[in-house]
Amino acid sequence: MNAHAPLPVPPAPARGLGLHLGRLGHGFGAKRVLDRIDLDIPAGQFVAIVGKSGCGKSTLLRLVAGLDTPTAGHIAFDGPRDDAAIRIMFQEPRLLPWERVLANVEVGLPASVKGEERHSRARAILAEVGLAERAGEWPAVLSGGQRQRVALARALASGPRLLAFDEPLGALDALTRIEMQGLVERIWQEQRFTALFVTHDVSEALALADRVILIDAGQTGGHVALDLAVDLPRPRRRGSAELAALEGRILDTLFSS
Amino acid sequence: MSLVDRSTRLNAASQGAEKTRPAGKGRLAALETSLAGWVLPILLVALWEYLARLGIIASNVLPAPSAIAEAGWAALKSGELVRNMGVSTLRAFAGLFVGGVIGLAFGIANGLSELSHRYTDTTLQMIRNVPHLALIPLVILWFGIEEEAKLFLVALGVFFPIYINTLHGVRTVDPQLIEMGRVYGMSPLTLFRRVVLPGALPSIFVGLRFALGIMWLTLIVAETIAASSGLGYMAMQAREFLLVDVVVLAILIYALLGKLADVLTRWLEGLCLQWHPAFQAKRD
Repeated sequence: MNAHAPLPVPPAPARGLGLHLGRLGHGFGAKRVLDRIDLDIPAGQFVAIVGKSGCGKSTLLRLVAGLDTPTAGHIAFDGPRDDAAIRIMFQEPRLLPWERVLANVEVGLPASVKGEERHSRARAILAEVGLAERAGEWPAVLSGGQRQRVALARALASGPRLLAFDEPLGALDALTRIEMQGLVERIWQEQRFTALFVTHDVSEALALADRVILIDAGQTGGHVALDLAVDLPRPRRRGSAELAALEGRILDTLFSS
Repeated sequence: MSLVDRSTRLNAASQGAEKTRPAGKGRLAALETSLAGWVLPILLVALWEYLARLGIIASNVLPAPSAIAEAGWAALKSGELVRNMGVSTLRAFAGLFVGGVIGLAFGIANGLSELSHRYTDTTLQMIRNVPHLALIPLVILWFGIEEEAKLFLVALGVFFPIYINTLHGVRTVDPQLIEMGRVYGMSPLTLFRRVVLPGALPSIFVGLRFALGIMWLTLIVAETIAASSGLGYMAMQAREFLLVDVVVLAILIYALLGKLADVLTRWLEGLCLQWHPAFQAKRD
C-alpha cells in the first residue's frame, strides 16, 4: 500500500517551510522505532500523521522538530531553520504555572523582540485565539481548552514556518476538541505555515488535513503504510459521505496490517 | 476548645446555606478565623493566673503571668531585654543567612549537575548524620564563647534542611517544562531563572520553615551553654539568682519569636507563590 497519490499543492505557500525526509530512521538501542521514511512535504501543506499508539508517529515529529537526532537518514528543509522557524505544540499545555498568561505567550517570542513590543505582540496573538481578556490570569484558573489555546498562541507567537502538533487535542473533551479544530484550521489558513499534525483520531485528521499519512509499526520499525490526499473543500462537513469513505479506507489499512 | 469551634463553624456553614448571611456576620466570621489560634493560649494563661493566685501553683515553681509581665516590664525598662533580644535575633538571622545561602548554593549545584552531586552529596549526607549540637564542645574549643561559635552552629544546623529541600525541588521540576523551555530557545540562564528556580521554590520554602525551627533550637542551646549575652544567657543568669519569672519570660519570648518567624515565612510564601492553586484557595 505504498501508493503515493498525486498531491495537491496549496495555493499560496508564502510562509511555509517545506521539508524532505530521506530514508529517515530512528532507534533506541536495539529497538527500531522508525525505518526508512521517505516523505516530501511541500511548503504550507497540512499533513496529518495517524497510526496506532507506539507506531513511532510522535518520534517522527520529535525528529522533525529537532528534539531528537535521527540515527539514520536525513531531514532537509527548504529554507533556513533558525530558532523560531519551527515550533512544537505538545499534548499537554506545558504552561509555566508561575507566570501569567501573557508572559507565557511571550515565551514563544524570539529574544530579539524587546520591551513593550513583546507585550503588544503577545496580546495580539492572544486575541487571535480569543483569550485577550484573560491575559492577566494565572494558568491554573483556566480550563483545559483555554490552556491549550494559550499554548497555541505561544507556538504561534514567533510566526513559525513549520508547526508540529503532537496530539494537542488528545486530552480535551469532544466539544472543546471540535472548537479547537476549527481554530487550528482558521489560523493555518491565515498564516499558511506547514503543519504536521500527529493524532490518533482518524476523523480529526480528515477534518483538518490536506494529506493523511498512516504510519504502521512493522517488523523493522514504523513505516509509511498509506499516503492519502484529502482533496475536499473546507470547511469540511462532519459525517459527509466522502469523509466517511476515506475514513473507512484508512481504518481498513490500519487494521489489516 | 478547637473542636467546639469547629462544630460551631460547621453549624454556621449549614445555616448559611439556608438563609443569606448579613454582611456584618461575614466580617465577624473573618475575625473569628483570624483570632481562632489565639483563643487557646489566652485561656491557658487565664487559667494559670487563676491557679497561681489561689496558691495552687507555688510562685517559686511557676510564677503567675502577671508576675512575669512585671519582670518583663522591668527588663524592658532597663533596656536589658531589648538588647538581649536584639543580640539573639541578629545571631539567629546571621546564621540563617550564612547557612541558607550555602545550602541553597549546594542544593542548586547538585540538583543541576550530576557531577557535583556525585562528588559532594555523600560527604554532605555523612555530615548530616552527626547531630550538630554534639559539636558544641569542639566549637567552644575552636571559637570560645564568641559570636563565631553561635554563627557556626546555627549555620550548620540550617544548612541541611535548606540543602535537602532545594535539591529535591530542583530535581523534581517538571521535565516537560524544561523540554518546553529548550524547544522555545531559552538560554541556560533564562531556563534556570524562569523554569527551574520558580519550580523549586515551593520546596525551598518547606526547607526554610524547617530551618527556622532548627535555627531557634540551636541558638537557645548554644546561648544557654556558652554565651555572654542574648536571651539564653539572660535565662541562665536568672537561674543562678533563682529569678524564676525571668526564666519563664525568656521561654515565652522564644515562643513568640518562633511564631513571628513563621508568620514572616508565610507572608513571604504568599508573596512568592501567588500562582500556586493551594495559595490561591487560601487567599480567597
